[in-house]
Amino acid sequence: MSVLASSGIVTASTFSDSASKLGNVLAVVAVFFAVVLIIFFAAGRATGRFQRPLSIVIFLGPAIVLLAIGLVIPAIRTFYLSLHGADLGAKYVGFKNYRWAFTDPGEQQVLLNTLLWLIIAPVVATALGLLIAVGVDRMKRQNLVKSLIFMPMAISFVGAGIIWKYVYDKQPDGLLSSIVHALGWKNPPLWLLSHPLNNFLLMVIMIWIETGFAMVVLSAAIKAIPDDVIEAARVDGAHGAKLFFSVQIPMIRSTLIVVLTTVMIATLKIFDIIKAVTGGNFGTNTLSNDMWNQTFVQFNYGRGSTLAVIILVAVAPLLVYNIVQLRKERATR
Amino acid sequence: MTATTQVTEAPVVKPGGVKEVRRAFSGRTASILIVLLTILWTVPTFGVFITSFRPAHDVANSGWWEFFVHPHLTWDNYHTVLFVGGSGVTGGIIPYLVNSLVITIPATLISLTIAAMAAYCLAWIRFRGSDTIFFIIFALQVVPLQMSLVPLQRFYNLGAHIGSVPIFPALHLGQHHPIVQIWISHTMFALPLAVFLLHNFVAQLPRDLMEAARVDGANHFRIFRTIVLPLITPALASFAIFEFLWVWNDLLVALTFGGYNVKSTPVTSRLQQMIGQYGANWQLLTAGAFVAIIIPLIVFFALQRYFVRGLLAGSVKG
Repeated sequence: MSVLASSGIVTASTFSDSASKLGNVLAVVAVFFAVVLIIFFAAGRATGRFQRPLSIVIFLGPAIVLLAIGLVIPAIRTFYLSLHGADLGAKYVGFKNYRWAFTDPGEQQVLLNTLLWLIIAPVVATALGLLIAVGVDRMKRQNLVKSLIFMPMAISFVGAGIIWKYVYDKQPDGLLSSIVHALGWKNPPLWLLSHPLNNFLLMVIMIWIETGFAMVVLSAAIKAIPDDVIEAARVDGAHGAKLFFSVQIPMIRSTLIVVLTTVMIATLKIFDIIKAVTGGNFGTNTLSNDMWNQTFVQFNYGRGSTLAVIILVAVAPLLVYNIVQLRKERATR
Repeated sequence: MTATTQVTEAPVVKPGGVKEVRRAFSGRTASILIVLLTILWTVPTFGVFITSFRPAHDVANSGWWEFFVHPHLTWDNYHTVLFVGGSGVTGGIIPYLVNSLVITIPATLISLTIAAMAAYCLAWIRFRGSDTIFFIIFALQVVPLQMSLVPLQRFYNLGAHIGSVPIFPALHLGQHHPIVQIWISHTMFALPLAVFLLHNFVAQLPRDLMEAARVDGANHFRIFRTIVLPLITPALASFAIFEFLWVWNDLLVALTFGGYNVKSTPVTSRLQQMIGQYGANWQLLTAGAFVAIIIPLIVFFALQRYFVRGLLAGSVKG
């Protein structure tokens, strides 16, 4: 009885609290839009040669300022910190942190894990996405299939972590253990503690999430291939696998690469899955999770920044490639 | 003449039967494979869903699939998770859900507005270097968010100064308004992708329309409000959904700037915290997980079509 009453009181105060919080948020949003509109009207009155520069400053200014503060300056500062000792304001140490990152046995494990992630997760996700995109075309109920495969995209990495942690749990409720048990493996191990297998089990989670993304984008690309190209290939005798590998794949090559690089960039920054499932223990640490640990658990800013720079340098070539492609497309447009 | 007809006809008509069979077969194996994959993709989520409704005793002693043999269902887990806490967790999850909304709504709207403005400028008020700026913004996707966390934290709390000359005041946001930090950070981190995707849409608007408006004497602010915004509404909608899911599901930014407290922690960080506290109480953890993923799932299934359109922008030529 008293439990019920107290939970009732808690509920009532929670609701009034929540209502006022949400009310404040709506007010904030309203004020934001009002300010934007006022600036628009005020600036719209400007005439003559001031008008153009003023428009540029107002339209582009906020984005530039936010990006400079949020991304450009921190990136430069991180590079600076990576050449310094553990504390903020520590003295210059040259490339000592980098030497540590590449020679420390623990860190080498982290780098190896990251490399495995970077190769396996994007390739498998893209391949499965392509397979489903091609195969689902002729099926009934293809929208249902697509929605279900795509659904994990809407689930947070933490939520996905819990879902899969449960699959990998020990018996009696772990699905994987129970399946291998039923198949005759009497004493399945604790999956998440078995190195190096646990790394691949974590990758499965990423693949589970990203396959839907790959499928949707690739399926659209396949549908965008003009019908007469396919017809012409058919007339020339290309069918099934031959049609797929010699016509469809080359036609969607640029999209394939965009998907692959997008998933790669996401993989390189992966943090939540590892944090939620193993916390980076049992030999499953990767660069992005270790970067967090070094900075916010060990408070070693020098090492944390070094790992961040390594991530940046690893992603950069992928992005440069994408930009080159983009420039080509814009030139032909 | 006859020879050519024979050659062209031969592969089409004669082995047609065999080919039909093989195609039907390969079609069927492909379909079976895809159905299997779909089941594989859905079962883990389904298991969590079932577990969240099973009594604690059942969950501790049997796998969720036993539910089909012993179907006991209860609302207790949801009651505990939503209103009580239990098992070392104080208080229900509802305030954290509210925090998630409080974080997500402004973060989405503010980043969308600023990105749309920047995209319009880069596409239609072109100036020397505007292309370069566009590519730099696109390239900023490369910066790992982790890099920005420490500098931003210092900026929000201590302001900015060159030497000892302050150029931005110390606001101590971390202490007083932690959620404001989260809004601003998400806006910053969303901009590279948002500007890039919206630019693709804005740049495709017909040139004649813009020029006609200019001739009529409309300034850029008017064109943006009355012509551009209505025309790119579908793109805005799709990116809004994208951004909503992104912010709602984020852990990194929330953990850094929101910490672990009932004032500013969203549901993802709370869930991450609960993994440690609920431990083997899977019925509670799964209920918590489902509460946290149900809102993005509703948003996703209701607005799926727009979400997909947003994903496709820029990645598929056409």
